[in-house]
Amino acid sequence: MSEDALIGLFVATVQFGTLVFLAALGELIAERSGVLNLGVEGMMAMGAVSGFMVGLETGSPWAAFFAAAAVGALVGGFHALVSVVLGADQVVSGLALTIGGLGLAAYVGRNVVGERPETLFTDLGIAGLADIPWIGEIFFDQPPVVYLAVLLGLAVWFVLARTRLGLALRAAGESAPTTDTAGHSVMALRSGAVMVGGAFAGAAGSFLSLYMAPGWVEGTVAGRGWIAVALVIFGAWRPGRLALGALLFGFTLALQPRLQSFDIELLGVQLNSISPALLGILPFVLTVVVLVIISWRYRHRPSPAPAALGLPYRREER
Amino acid sequence: MASSDADHAVWLRGIEKRFPGVIACAGAELRVRPGTIHALLGENGAGKTTMVNVLAGVYRPDGGEVWVNGQRRFFQSPADAIAAGVGMVYQEFRLVPTLTVAENIVLGSAPRLLRSAEIEERVAELSAAYGMAADPTRPVWQLSMGERQRVEILKALWRNASVLVMDEPTAVLTPGEAAELGAALRAMADDGRSVIYISHKLDQVVAFCDEATVLRQGKTVATVDDLQDVDLTELAELMVGSSEGGYVDRPPDLEAGPEVLSLQGVSALNDRGLPALVDINMTVHSHEIVGIVGVSGNGQKELAEVINGLRRPTQGRVTVKQQDVTDASPGDRYRLGLAYVPEDRLGVGLAPKMSVVDNSIVRSYRLQRRGLMLVMAKCVKFCQGLVERFGVRTGRLNDPIAGLSGGNLQRLLLGRELAEQPAVLVAAQPTRGLDVQGVAAIQSHLVDQRSEGVGVLLISEDLDELLALSDRLLVMYEGRVVSELAPDVTPRSVIGEAMAGQVRA
Repeated sequence: MSEDALIGLFVATVQFGTLVFLAALGELIAERSGVLNLGVEGMMAMGAVSGFMVGLETGSPWAAFFAAAAVGALVGGFHALVSVVLGADQVVSGLALTIGGLGLAAYVGRNVVGERPETLFTDLGIAGLADIPWIGEIFFDQPPVVYLAVLLGLAVWFVLARTRLGLALRAAGESAPTTDTAGHSVMALRSGAVMVGGAFAGAAGSFLSLYMAPGWVEGTVAGRGWIAVALVIFGAWRPGRLALGALLFGFTLALQPRLQSFDIELLGVQLNSISPALLGILPFVLTVVVLVIISWRYRHRPSPAPAALGLPYRREER
Repeated sequence: MASSDADHAVWLRGIEKRFPGVIACAGAELRVRPGTIHALLGENGAGKTTMVNVLAGVYRPDGGEVWVNGQRRFFQSPADAIAAGVGMVYQEFRLVPTLTVAENIVLGSAPRLLRSAEIEERVAELSAAYGMAADPTRPVWQLSMGERQRVEILKALWRNASVLVMDEPTAVLTPGEAAELGAALRAMADDGRSVIYISHKLDQVVAFCDEATVLRQGKTVATVDDLQDVDLTELAELMVGSSEGGYVDRPPDLEAGPEVLSLQGVSALNDRGLPALVDINMTVHSHEIVGIVGVSGNGQKELAEVINGLRRPTQGRVTVKQQDVTDASPGDRYRLGLAYVPEDRLGVGLAPKMSVVDNSIVRSYRLQRRGLMLVMAKCVKFCQGLVERFGVRTGRLNDPIAGLSGGNLQRLLLGRELAEQPAVLVAAQPTRGLDVQGVAAIQSHLVDQRSEGVGVLLISEDLDELLALSDRLLVMYEGRVVSELAPDVTPRSVIGEAMAGQVRA
């Protein structure tokens, strides 16, 4: 296998990692506030198509990126309205969002299939660093969204761990009545978290349609939203572990299309004889393994999963 | 009357609050002077908790006025009440187990940016100032109930609450912890704050409080300006109305029969993996009621679970009718003759959203079958039989069981467990939260079962109930049976000491 192919694999790993990291970071925010949103796949599709169309119209990838985030927040807002404000079942509402979002994206984008915008995100060669062999190409010559994702990850960690807002948000995800009686609005916290989470998913969708696979076709999200949902569990609801998990999941996503061309043997197995489909299920297998490890390791203390995850809250119910 | 408004730290005037099918408050009144500890008394369901939830902004009243420190208030949320100086310590603590003590205390009033070290230092200063030790860096899930309560009080003090509401504060405490709490509350009152103290433990109320308000059926029936002048029995009568207590007469002595339940050297862990039961040895015979005494949280819950196969012992043997059931499933134990009325009647005992019929047959569904199918007519008939025999007041039998009142839920649950003539009945807190009639009904069923030869293990927090019904008392303290006492000849003070772990040799 050539050196270029290997570097290409790692470059793609970082990009796929960024894609699932952004979406999972948004889901992490929502879940830490106590709201499960299974609509990530649908929100990403809506972000992908709307970002792509704004990109076509304006020629500005940044305008497209933020428009996609806004659309994602709006779609997330629908989930917030149904499941947080009206107290409906979060699983049903989230699944509806995925099914509806995919369908709506296909409808909205039916006339732009096959078009190509003039300007896309371009790689940002960071002066001095981009020229380092291997490392430079993999880490310092990537599109700006990659670096933005790193900054967002740090920001989310900081807000959750070190601010009043983060404390309130974590409390809402653990015990809504406690948070309510402490004087924070659970509804505002959760709705806000779901909408910000939607914005992250929408933005991730546009990274797909404006850089990774420029253009729009139905099915372009291809299950990456579900991988993001699994990644939140894999990361044990913590931003740091989420980043590590994103690189691992990103690696399997990047390896999938390349596997057939890798004519090497590892541990007595010819790599190109492994089915890419099998590789596709690896993130989910790993997630289940991590779930089992978590439930074993945390058998005598509270699990890292937010205790109130999935439970709607109404104040005057008794 | 208006002139005295400013004199009151709290004035709840003519409070009305209705819930679907229930009138919780019907014009109740509560006035609290600054710098006093005020007892709010009443039976379960008298409206005490609803009143203080109105004061805390959790419920909006359907009628009436809320005055705090001389100002009329219209609380839209708990945040409004907190801002007005009302601090509430709920019976079920409002703490986030995964957060630290300091994080729990500052939740809702934290600075925009959290500097952990600084916050922890300030929390430590506050707890030192009021003599309430609490390590600010520990996560709350590691704390005992007494420590958690201290965190709740510190939370209110952190926000400089002028009124502190305590809902049944000593239910989770040992007698020693309760005395400490009394001292801390007095320190707060001397500080000029007011404390509203909800309880039905009259001796503690008299020991801790200055004045009292008695509620019955959502109305204020009496106010007491100086608790030192008042007769305890008078207060008790006011609380329950005209009827005398709820306790059935002591059953006649019976010769105990053969052993039906035994535990031999049983140890078990609690949910946190800490020892909950330590080397328990006990037997229950036919024709006897064995009472388990103890402050809640000393292993009673785990004991019931181990006996019924819901918790695996780490050591020891459990037998039912002298057969080893240590590894048997709950179902096998039931079929062998072990019946169970769990503490959590709606949740563990009954499935809230299932119908009355479905709930009544979940134990004995085998009897209602033809081939693989349940015969609905048989099920309904079985359920009707229970309803009539145990005097359950219910609506349509196909409605969800959650609509029944506590007493009726318990009648149905007890009836279901007794339907197949068990040899042993484990009853955990069977009369907790029931009205007087319900208590009497359940207790007389327990006595009847004893007469018919059932061995009853009665786990209760109500010492009067245990004294009235039990043939033998076993005292549990920190997971051990620390002594066995005869209920009719042992002075209460001795039982109290045993409950507090001070066993006389």
